[in-house]
Amino acid sequence: MSGIRFEDVSHGYGERPVLHEISLDITEQRVGIVGANGSGKSTLARMVNGLVTPDRGRVSVHGRDVAKNGREVRRLVGFVFTNPDNQIVMPTVAEDVAFSLRRRGLAKEEIAGRVAAILERFGLSGHADHAAHRLSGGQKQLLALASVLIAEPAVVVADEPTTLLDARNARLITDLLTGLDQQVLVVTHQLELLAGFDRVIVVEEGRIVADDVPDAAIRHYLGLLA
Amino acid sequence: MIGFYHPGHSLLHRAPALLKLGLLSLLIAVTVALQEPWQLGVVLAVAVLLAASARLPFRALWRQVSPVLWVLAIAVPIQLLFADWVMAVMMGGRLLIAVLLAALFTLTTTVGAVLDACEQLLRPLRRWVDTDRIGLLLALTIRSIPVIAAIVGEVMEARKARGTQGSVMSLAVPVIVRSLQSAEALGDALIARGFDD
Repeated sequence: MSGIRFEDVSHGYGERPVLHEISLDITEQRVGIVGANGSGKSTLARMVNGLVTPDRGRVSVHGRDVAKNGREVRRLVGFVFTNPDNQIVMPTVAEDVAFSLRRRGLAKEEIAGRVAAILERFGLSGHADHAAHRLSGGQKQLLALASVLIAEPAVVVADEPTTLLDARNARLITDLLTGLDQQVLVVTHQLELLAGFDRVIVVEEGRIVADDVPDAAIRHYLGLLA
Repeated sequence: MIGFYHPGHSLLHRAPALLKLGLLSLLIAVTVALQEPWQLGVVLAVAVLLAASARLPFRALWRQVSPVLWVLAIAVPIQLLFADWVMAVMMGGRLLIAVLLAALFTLTTTVGAVLDACEQLLRPLRRWVDTDRIGLLLALTIRSIPVIAAIVGEVMEARKARGTQGSVMSLAVPVIVRSLQSAEALGDALIARGFDD
């Protein structure tokens, strides 16, 4: 069973409710989630990877319940965070990418080959042995994306991946995300980046208030802001 | 190791980290056991030859070795004053050689290779300790140093901008809060990358 499914999902942080009875079936390849700060959109995205498990209801990815099969789901779903600095674990670029394969039981040569290939794909080959924390913001986000993709997930979830980037790097990351073979779920405030998407979901105060093709959904969202 | 690794393809770069670590320990032990200044000269020549063979830039080596020169500038004259020149040369030479050899290890070995070496060393204890977890713990400790240094730098800049430079609390509180936030975010990132146990 493919796709992401939310079944009557509710969640709160302490006394504060964040999501109310959300039901969604996400099968499209490029899906955007928009909403104001605190609307619950990041919580929604985090549930796909099992970083947050719902208080009520069920979230499943490819038929696997994220609450019961967390580890399996995280192999299926890669997650790109807003701040790549928080995602970098190892000191050098190549080591950080290789870290994602640490528990896969692969031979060192295979890991090295895969790392070299993905760094080449993202234009980071020249930085393989450089300190990851000394890369530019755009390069760090490229590294974060490479570290996710080397694990070959079926779904990539990105939580505001372009918020800290300049316009050029934001476009680069968005183009890379939209060009992926994987199903991609992007949470963003940058509405112009959603032009090529198949579906946009608008979240407002923990509820889905619009769920449509980008033009219609964004129009609805802008109407809320007016 | 944190960003000090200098890429290369020399014999020293390609040698297994565990072997380098063993040789480093052995050479330092030999250096400590030596009694004559000329013997120290031989070990120093070996260390310099190793550095030359690794084709490391002088600046990178200098950055590693120069801090110890301040220590020597104080300690050697004290030895000359209270002991003799042989003692002063032996003490200074041993320290210089040890730092130079350690620098060679640092500049030619990636953190990943060091962690693998630590895991290999701990392998006999596998029945009692989780070597993978210890490797990860070491990696995260090393990784935290530049992150916390950056947080301190940013908080100090913010203090300067707001004119609260004198207050220790204005440094400590935001650094602790941001370090904890960073640790929490790192925890999420580790879970997302499959390290959730």
